[in-house]
Amino acid sequence: MRLEAQHVTLAYDRLVIAEDLSLAIPDGKVSVLIGPNGCGKSTALRSLSRLLSPTAGQVVLDGEEIMRLSTKDVARRLAILPQMLVAPESITVEDLVWFGRHPHRGALRSAGKADKEIVEWSLEVTGMIEMRRRFVDHLSGGQRQRAWIALCLAQGTDLILLDEPTTFLDVAYQLEVLDLLHELNVNQGKTVAMVLHDFNMASEYADHIFVMKDGALVKEGSPTDVLTAATFADVFGITSQVVSHPVSGRPLCIPVKGRERSATAQHAAATEPSTDPAASAPGESSTTPTTAKLPA
Amino acid sequence: MTAVALKEPTQSRSWAVPVGLALICLVLSVASLGMGTADIGIGDAFGLLTGSTDSATASIMLTFLAPRILLCWLVGIALAVSGAVLQGVIRNPLAAPDIIGVTKGAGLGAMLMLLLFPAATAGMIPVGAFAGGVLAALLVYAFAYRSGTSAIRLALVGIAISALCEAGIRFLIVRNPPDINAALIWLTGSVFGRSMSDVWQFLPWVLVLVPMVVFYARRLDVLGLGDDLAAGLGEPVERTRRIVLLLAVALASSAVAVAGTVGFVGLIAPHMARRLVGGRALTLLPSAAMIGAALMLVSDSIGRVVLQPLEIPVGLVTAVIGGPYFLYLLARTAKTTTSGK
Repeated sequence: MRLEAQHVTLAYDRLVIAEDLSLAIPDGKVSVLIGPNGCGKSTALRSLSRLLSPTAGQVVLDGEEIMRLSTKDVARRLAILPQMLVAPESITVEDLVWFGRHPHRGALRSAGKADKEIVEWSLEVTGMIEMRRRFVDHLSGGQRQRAWIALCLAQGTDLILLDEPTTFLDVAYQLEVLDLLHELNVNQGKTVAMVLHDFNMASEYADHIFVMKDGALVKEGSPTDVLTAATFADVFGITSQVVSHPVSGRPLCIPVKGRERSATAQHAAATEPSTDPAASAPGESSTTPTTAKLPA
Repeated sequence: MTAVALKEPTQSRSWAVPVGLALICLVLSVASLGMGTADIGIGDAFGLLTGSTDSATASIMLTFLAPRILLCWLVGIALAVSGAVLQGVIRNPLAAPDIIGVTKGAGLGAMLMLLLFPAATAGMIPVGAFAGGVLAALLVYAFAYRSGTSAIRLALVGIAISALCEAGIRFLIVRNPPDINAALIWLTGSVFGRSMSDVWQFLPWVLVLVPMVVFYARRLDVLGLGDDLAAGLGEPVERTRRIVLLLAVALASSAVAVAGTVGFVGLIAPHMARRLVGGRALTLLPSAAMIGAALMLVSDSIGRVVLQPLEIPVGLVTAVIGGPYFLYLLARTAKTTTSGK
């Protein structure tokens, strides 16, 4: 494992998000962090990418504590695509992708042949060659996200971390982005670790899933092992039927709305002790699964 | 830098724009030599180039007007580069030395030196201006900072701190009536009666600080991607931001120290440049600098001509040009922010 969080405590000022959290990103795989809002999955990703310094414990990259490495050093080994990206005004796709070479260049060193090649390659594998001269703000959501991913690729790292790369995208664009990441993993051997909101997308694309709740890692493993009705009840507070995806055979969670919930009472009964939503909603009656909300 | 341009065709826009602007500035400078003095016309100014102007006229122009034209260049460059950096770093199109309090802070600092320590040599005034500008900028940043600086808050705090400095300046003026006139002219921003020694005093600031800013050009662009991505790209965000902010504040403060509080140049020059060449710092900075110089030259010439033989301080003219432009910008940004991204 090249990248690993060891017993980290993560906090913003005095607000502690996670305590004693350990997770290791499996090399050469696509791993996905899921969990309800505020569970600390994005925070965990930030600490793994050196954007947030743990207040206790450490993140280890290639056997070294990440905070001891310079930010430039880290940028040469892992790329992070944060959430909520806003491209500078009137910038072309190619100009944007060139930023990926930043960690490899000194202030005065001009771009070399190797830089040029990797930028070309990044544009090519993300399918952005024909759009290289287009302005980023004129692209569709999926194309824009592919341009940002091309920027990360141009960093030339084997590790790529992404924080909710599909948020706010139409489903066709979500598939476009996730297919691209899948291809990068299979064809280029990139290790991909990302936070996703949609657990069914996670199930389809992940080799390894981390499930987080209240700042703790509650489960990890293959989608089939991890994504059960019990997990969804326990972590997301929803009643659901988990079926096998008719095409991929992976688990597919079908949430059940309130009225039909009695029909699936056997599921609820099976997971009764853990459906208690009181942990996330103190003060509310602990035996009313109807107060549980579906993830947005 | 041209090597970069060759290897990254789309990363560099044409250098024709800043070069063209520089040529315009040169023409403006020569024309400006022939403006505003009773017996000298534009013909005499251009005659300097061909050698057809008589030596007495030439020496008048070179002694009295050359220093102030050089100062127009330097002040315009310093203010424009400062504004371009501030707008980039704070990611706020309304950021400028005047808006974030640097100009008035530097004014107050210089006034304190000028009036409270009359014994202080002229060389001490820039020190006072510099300290005042940096202090005001720090105050504004501290009050506006709330895990990031929003556009509106920064502008509002800047206005408040500027008003405080203004109050201080007025208090000093009231307390020291004998020096009022010189102080007032200086405060409006003027390059009147400046000599070559002022130029020599200011030149090193520009010669040192502007190249330093250019050295940070690509990092400025990286900061424009947002803090997280910039850090992910290996940029020590906080450190870089503080360094370039300090450079910008130093440039603006030193300009104010020599020419008084010339307003709006630092705001509108980068905006105009961005429209011409786009937002990449490496081409934006020289273009903004040349537009800043052009604005100063034009404003100073206008100030000398319109109410002859009276002279209008250059800062008044830039305010007359810049005020409406600023309102226009405000209206435009208000529109884009309310209609959503």
